Amino acid sequence: MSEHADSGRIRRRFETLKAAGRGGLVTFVTAGDPDYETSREIVLGLPQAGADVIELGMPFSDPMADGPAIQAASLRALKRGMKLAMVLDLVRDFRKQDDETPIVLMGYYNPIYSYGPERFVADARDAGVDGLIVVDLPPEEDEELCLPALKAGLNFIRLATPTTDDDRLPAVLSNTSGFVYYVSVMGITGTTSAAEGAVRTAVERLRRHTALPIGVGFGIRTPDNARAVASVADAAVVGSAIVERIVAGLGDDGSPAPGLAGKVLDFVRELAAGVRGREGPE
Amino acid sequence: MKLPCSIGIAERAEFPGRPTVFMTQQINTYRAGPDEQGHFGIFGGRFVAETLMPLILEVEKAWDAAKEDPSFEEELQYYFKHYVGRPSPLYLAKRLTEHFGGAKIYFKRDELNHTGAHKINNCIGQILLARRMGKTRIIAETGAGQHGVATATVCALFDLPCTVYMGSKDIARQAPNVFRMKLLGAEVKPVTSGSNSLKDAMNEALRDWVANVENTFYIIGTVAGPHPYPAMVRDFQSVIGREAREQMMEAEGRLPDSLVACIGGGSNAMGLFHAFLDDPEVKIYGVEAAGHGLNTDKHAASLTGGRPGVLHGNRTYLLQDDDGQILEAHSISAGLDYPGIGPEHSWLFESGRVEYVSATDREALEAFQLCSRTEGIIPALEPAHALAHVGRIAGDLPKDHLLCMNMCGRGDKDIFTVAEALGVEL
Repeated sequence: MSEHADSGRIRRRFETLKAAGRGGLVTFVTAGDPDYETSREIVLGLPQAGADVIELGMPFSDPMADGPAIQAASLRALKRGMKLAMVLDLVRDFRKQDDETPIVLMGYYNPIYSYGPERFVADARDAGVDGLIVVDLPPEEDEELCLPALKAGLNFIRLATPTTDDDRLPAVLSNTSGFVYYVSVMGITGTTSAAEGAVRTAVERLRRHTALPIGVGFGIRTPDNARAVASVADAAVVGSAIVERIVAGLGDDGSPAPGLAGKVLDFVRELAAGVRGREGPE
Repeated sequence: MKLPCSIGIAERAEFPGRPTVFMTQQINTYRAGPDEQGHFGIFGGRFVAETLMPLILEVEKAWDAAKEDPSFEEELQYYFKHYVGRPSPLYLAKRLTEHFGGAKIYFKRDELNHTGAHKINNCIGQILLARRMGKTRIIAETGAGQHGVATATVCALFDLPCTVYMGSKDIARQAPNVFRMKLLGAEVKPVTSGSNSLKDAMNEALRDWVANVENTFYIIGTVAGPHPYPAMVRDFQSVIGREAREQMMEAEGRLPDSLVACIGGGSNAMGLFHAFLDDPEVKIYGVEAAGHGLNTDKHAASLTGGRPGVLHGNRTYLLQDDDGQILEAHSISAGLDYPGIGPEHSWLFESGRVEYVSATDREALEAFQLCSRTEGIIPALEPAHALAHVGRIAGDLPKDHLLCMNMCGRGDKDIFTVAEALGVEL
């Protein structure tokens, strides 16, 4: 495979944010949750609702690092027939209307391994994906996907955690590109929140090791949380709290009630106002 | 037979029965794995979230140090002997031998261990390691409940709080073990995600661990998980094969001709097999659970019905769909009801050293009853699968063929399941 330059979307987006003097909002939803059409409606509406970076979950049957909300989102999507190839379809669709907002796919390695890592990174790049976050691939396993992804022109965004000490950080950061995703709590998604002071200290520590933008996630639930985090980091990542808005819009039979996507996007608007330091949507 | 790599002679002396010529030359071996990154060929590895990685590396370092420390080995041997009741006997099953009319059938009686299964061997080892590392809380996953009971037992012994994750489906079918764990002071947390079974219990234990890495040690119950677990659990369990080797030499003056063990994750099997992997004259069979049959979607035979994938920290054979989603396994035996298998087994499968076969729920049930009636031993449903395969091959083997099967657990826990399967109301 020949070397490809990355799309530059992530870099450009963080430069724009910096010029605007604010932190960004990274929103997470699982592709295909609660079904493909509703998910498409949500994702296509995210940029206008104020998401700066879109993190799109690739559903997996056994999401070991996720809490109940995102586990259930994965299972809902799978139950409605979501496949990895359809995640790429969704991205392709999105790119028809938006060539600027970065899309980062987040998930676990097995579906990608099953798809074929080389084929996957090529197809993802072609579809318009900008980066990958694969939870169960630490730097010790870089040859599996990280190096092929970088070669194909995809950013590989690594998670750094409170347990990643100064000795280990260089290894974690070595093949990281795009931005660094700091997991602010020890634990799974959607549970506890980190104290603002602890986040600040952690971001300062990371900045001593890298010039990459730093996104902070896990436990960010409200516009206020998002504002606080975005004021010390380059972006705040919100996942479970958005996914819970999807759940709130499901009928008793699990199918989406009318207006679900709109309500989810309303919440994203509130979060977006948060990172912009405002009280509510304009 | 193709042998994959070379090591020196240092490991040889522990094995009586090895031709002495091996003592003086470089030999090839199946016993040197894994490599430093935890790989057995392409299998194994460390596929875990970053939060766990530093701790995984710490466990590896502690385990490497413990292996070199004679006081660790001494402590382990003390508990093996005085608490577990090792060595377990090697028993000639005369009536079963007569019944099948061929090979001489020996049982390695690991069901006689304290707590009734081989699981305790590993739990003693890991909790000693957890103590060395200064960990103050223990978590575990369990399927049949044997590993949960063994973990709860060592936690009581060493006064450490213990949380066991167990699928709600397994809690329902293994009620006696659930009560045992509670009596031993453990907290049993029902898992209702996914298929409510062993794989989901392991997911949930990993989630707990991610949130509590600082004080918690995860005692994994089988030869799976991220490196160093597959190698470490195997090393603790390999006492089974080392004893069997010596005992067979004592009883028959030679090595067994064949070994048979059941496989879920595969810890009892690795425990029996490991000491014999470099004896090409010893034929080795691993028996997976075929559930309702390999031609149905209700089985747990990862090697015969799956393909390589990545789950629970390692690359190994997995039951999965075309899109890489993990499938639910099925077996009447909760201990075999797992859609994966230890990575070393995947490697032994691909290298051809071990032959992997399977037995259905029905065959296991028949073997369960046969063993109870002919030997006065009620086996666990797990080794009943191994016995089903013994029944398939023993009759056609010569009478001087020495067959050693790992009777890795006793069946008291299974009587309710078996009664239900046989239509008996208790």
